[in-house]
Amino acid sequence: MAMKPAEEGQPRLLARLAGPVVLLALLAVLLAGAALFAGDYIQRIVIVIGINVILVVSLNLSNGFTGVFSLGHVGFMAIGAYTAALLTLPVSLKAVNLPNLPGWLGRLVLSFLPATLIGGLLAMAVAFLVGLSLMRLKGAYISVATLGFLVIVQVILINWDQVTRGARTFAGVPPHSTIWNVWIWAALSVYLVWRLGSSAFGRAMRAGRDNEIAALSLGISVIRSRLLAFCLSAFLTGVAGSLWAHFITSFSPKSFYFVQTFNVITMLVIGGLGSVSGSVIGVFLITVFSELLRNAERGFDLGALHVPPIYGASQILMAIMFVLVIVFRPAGIMGGRELDLRALLRRLARQGRKKEAE
Amino acid sequence: MSPLELLLQQLINAVSIGSLYALMAIGLAMVFGILRLINFAHGDLIMVGSYVALLAQLLGLPFVAAAAAGVAASTVAGLAMERVAYRPLRGAHEIAMLLTSFSVTIFLENLAIILFRPTSRPFPAPAVLRSVIEMGRLRVAGLDLIAIAVAAVLLLALTLFVRRTNIGIAMRAASQDLLAARLVGINVNRVIATAFAIGSLMAGVVGLLWSARVGKVDPLMGFNPVLKAFVASVIGGLGSLPGAVIGAYVLGGLEILLQGLLPAGLTAYRDAFVFAVLIALLLFRPNGILGASEREKI
Repeated sequence: MAMKPAEEGQPRLLARLAGPVVLLALLAVLLAGAALFAGDYIQRIVIVIGINVILVVSLNLSNGFTGVFSLGHVGFMAIGAYTAALLTLPVSLKAVNLPNLPGWLGRLVLSFLPATLIGGLLAMAVAFLVGLSLMRLKGAYISVATLGFLVIVQVILINWDQVTRGARTFAGVPPHSTIWNVWIWAALSVYLVWRLGSSAFGRAMRAGRDNEIAALSLGISVIRSRLLAFCLSAFLTGVAGSLWAHFITSFSPKSFYFVQTFNVITMLVIGGLGSVSGSVIGVFLITVFSELLRNAERGFDLGALHVPPIYGASQILMAIMFVLVIVFRPAGIMGGRELDLRALLRRLARQGRKKEAE
Repeated sequence: MSPLELLLQQLINAVSIGSLYALMAIGLAMVFGILRLINFAHGDLIMVGSYVALLAQLLGLPFVAAAAAGVAASTVAGLAMERVAYRPLRGAHEIAMLLTSFSVTIFLENLAIILFRPTSRPFPAPAVLRSVIEMGRLRVAGLDLIAIAVAAVLLLALTLFVRRTNIGIAMRAASQDLLAARLVGINVNRVIATAFAIGSLMAGVVGLLWSARVGKVDPLMGFNPVLKAFVASVIGGLGSLPGAVIGAYVLGGLEILLQGLLPAGLTAYRDAFVFAVLIALLLFRPNGILGASEREKI
């Protein structure tokens, strides 16, 4: 989003709001179309895209804007998922599946929104504690240390039997996630991260990323801006975890480990680090593409040719694609820039006029 | 057992597991020192070597020949990895390289799943590796002693290599300053390939020892060792060879210590404590034990 001169600000307020409002209306129409007319399968994909948008956009806040390349965010997703699921699970199921739960937790059942918020807040609190030390580290050290955090979360999930059912499946979570509540959170996340990215605070984050020493000399507290971004990002990731838990309804610690980490990072990097619109584009492309690949993996018939199922092939193709993107377009599709519809329209109009002049 | 014997017993366990970590961490450190690449796929070289050694044994080769084939396969796989995935990225951002190594991991692990099925397979090892030596009241696994001896020999050989041979000295030069090394006429591609070859060879050796230790192989077997090797090389200071070795033995000691000291209910959380210690250590020594604090020049 480009900066505008001050005198333009007030009278143009309507014009400035027009873009987001039009986009939101368009999104609402599309979602309503999907919710009303699309089949079950398409609806599920629409929900998955919404959840992935939250995951990737919030990861971008930390990894893209502040340059703190976290590999541990899926840990926050797990915290959000398990916390919220524990809070919404019906009492009867808790008695059967989790008989050793502390009494108060065994009797407590919350509705979806408060459970999701608590999941997000808990993820944020953990991010704050972990971040106090991690945000001081540099480059690759942060990545390794956050990976360490992911392992810690994994080990706790597998062993804290009375609360998480250990490595066994945590099942029976009520299917509260719908296209609507997922996409409201998704739109909120996109708006929040977008606004934050273009605020003074967002510029401070990027300054700290691009040149720490220069940013420090300008009086920017690099560690504080990193920590704030990290915490907010963890909150949204925790929320996404809750939405995912109430969408998939049964999961195990394995769901929140290396494979999921790699999926989210693929979408982020292919979309373009540091670009919110890039994140959204990356999510669309990769979610749809991997869905197609997953179907192909089950085997298919091409005319007379019968292709047998090869499980794992889709992951291999994704990995190859990822390396190709990093080699040939390391900045991703958007390359850190934002999609600016008005600038695009102006450019098209200019080109049109030029053609007319010729 | 008397306290002294217990201490000795645990010390042998710590040094033995530390030796395996050291051989792994060396490979990571060498490559990181030169390229600033954290090669996550290093763990999968363990898997490649072990599977080839297993296949060779199933084909009827004696264990020694199968082991040699496994180590050779790891080395070739490491060289191929460098050539295909990492060389096009020379000079890229370290995060881009780290992510590429993740892709290589995903690629290799899924390839192994397709070729060998996801389930684990038993790994036959000769009697020597399964023997237990009794010294007084101490019971020492032959495998532990072999691991310690093999690591000692390889580490000594590596020390001589990087100090005495031309290519070894060139390697140290390249890890100090890649550009300057190139300017004085060092063939950087050859140096990097050599680093990968040595690291992969050691990973192959670790693969054999590891598979013999746990008695089975599976496509994801490289994941935990490489995580531990990461921790070791970060504790020691990323990129420093002596640091990686020290970090590995510190890690081995820490694990055995936690195993012994944690109350019974918490031993399952050992790895969580290990990583918590890592994070705490980074707080006080952000560059590890031996890592030079890199000051940014303005």
